[in-house]
Amino acid sequence: MSGILAVLEQHEGKLHPMSLEALAAAQQIATELGQPVYAAVIGHAVQPLAAIVAAFHIARVHAVEHELLAEYTPDGYIAALKQLIELHRPAFVLFPHTYQVRDFAPGLAASLNRVLVSDVIGHRIESTNVILVRQLFQGKMNADVRLSGDAPYFASIQAGAFRAENAQKSETPAPVEVTTPGLTPQQIRTKPLERFRESQRAVDLSAAERIVSVGRGIREAENIALVEQLAKAMGAELAASRPICDNGWLPMERQVGSSGQTVAPKLYVAVGISGAIQHLVGMKGSKTIVAINKDPEAPIFEIADYGIVGDLFQIVPALIEALKK
Amino acid sequence: MKIVVAIKQVPARDSLLKVDASGTWIDDSDLSWEINEPDAYALEAGLQLRESAGGEVVVLCAGPDRVTQTIREALAKGADRAIHIEMGDNAADPLSLAGVMAGALETEKPDVILTGLQSDDLGYGQTGVVLAEVMGVPHATLVMSIEQIATGIRVKRELEDGWFQHVEMPLPALLTIQSGAAKLRYATLMGIKKAKSKEIKRVTAESGAASSLKLERIYFPQKSKRSQLLEGTPQEVATQLVDKLRFEARVL
Repeated sequence: MSGILAVLEQHEGKLHPMSLEALAAAQQIATELGQPVYAAVIGHAVQPLAAIVAAFHIARVHAVEHELLAEYTPDGYIAALKQLIELHRPAFVLFPHTYQVRDFAPGLAASLNRVLVSDVIGHRIESTNVILVRQLFQGKMNADVRLSGDAPYFASIQAGAFRAENAQKSETPAPVEVTTPGLTPQQIRTKPLERFRESQRAVDLSAAERIVSVGRGIREAENIALVEQLAKAMGAELAASRPICDNGWLPMERQVGSSGQTVAPKLYVAVGISGAIQHLVGMKGSKTIVAINKDPEAPIFEIADYGIVGDLFQIVPALIEALKK
Repeated sequence: MKIVVAIKQVPARDSLLKVDASGTWIDDSDLSWEINEPDAYALEAGLQLRESAGGEVVVLCAGPDRVTQTIREALAKGADRAIHIEMGDNAADPLSLAGVMAGALETEKPDVILTGLQSDDLGYGQTGVVLAEVMGVPHATLVMSIEQIATGIRVKRELEDGWFQHVEMPLPALLTIQSGAAKLRYATLMGIKKAKSKEIKRVTAESGAASSLKLERIYFPQKSKRSQLLEGTPQEVATQLVDKLRFEARVL
């Protein structure tokens, strides 16, 4: 068993942005271990995409092709990838940690009697062993995970842990191998219907220069007004983390994070937001980040330029006052 | 409809965590514990499904003695009965835990198995999907709502970036429930009283429960160097911050 297989995610012939991050991770780990990298794209009519992927520095692209894979289903993906892995026997299989990967990769690993190491943020090599780093307690702590048992090892890579622009290209395109897995309609037990969006977005947070964002720490719907005043005083748009929108305290269109909008303003002020990764991926590109939170261990402080540990109900009014001067 | 809801007990959300002497897990000697929040949403979805489809809700929970309290709270919220798999805290990886859970459910033959999308402590986000694979039933993750149809169920799934999708599947099936999709209920006084007489069946985990994921070391991440922590009274830090945003970062 050798080689690192990066399973890239695509939708309608376009790569998911995190796919290249997984490829960059595979290339980096492969270089350190002295092993080849393979990439797989799965779907129906994916050869054009496979040709694009072939431009990267990899040993081979697997285009896993079947009309029953046209629309994503966990059953179809698990069956197809299981066959690919059993045939080519890579030592490692890496995925981007997307919503779709979370839906099938744990089951794929289980179907091969393995356990996926999910949401990996880093790695190191000790002699020939790979140690993977992942987060615990919603990002408050890290854990070094030692892989045990036999290959293949499965891991999914957290958004932003590796940089897509580090995925190296090659001057000569890699060979593309098209495979058609054995699949029958009876194997696919779930029937996906059309994808849809609930509402048009009236607020385009991605265009805002300054954003003041509120999280769970605000405790009550009535307290949102306080943060709204701060936003006004800063000339900022008001945004929120997921729990606030789930509670209906602010409309969904003001949600920042993996299930909401991705923003990169000049100034992002996070008020009472602990900084779960689902929120961080939506705002970590902001130029200047301010965090106000009572918990000094909150992961939001990891990425903040300016941090204030304290009670937001004292600090926010003081800030509104200070801004008047 | 027989609905099983798999729940986990985790340290309370605002716990101050300390690494234990072994360096491989937290010191849990004086923590308070609660239901894993995503699983509370799964329980809510299970109770709502019972209200619309009839049947019973059976809570399934693995862990040491102290999880009995979390089980009682679920029963107080309205679950009908419970199965407690007695085993050490986080003693099994998702695959062997799923094997133990599937064993405990063998005689139950549930129509729907629900669980949260991930745990707030380990955060593997896999136990549901792996359990579906081990039990050989179809599944869907990040489910927002469930409706019964002639051929089974139709669920609304959340995708990334504000997209959703309906998915239909036959029963039995396993669903992981998206947090925040419903409002959580509180236990009533009557519910708490009734919970005391509800059945908790205890089963012992087979010795097969093992972990192929070895946490070699856990630790707090290094603070990034670039972060400036402002200290003082609220007025002092407010003035400092406004100055820094105006004159250092130049973003105001």
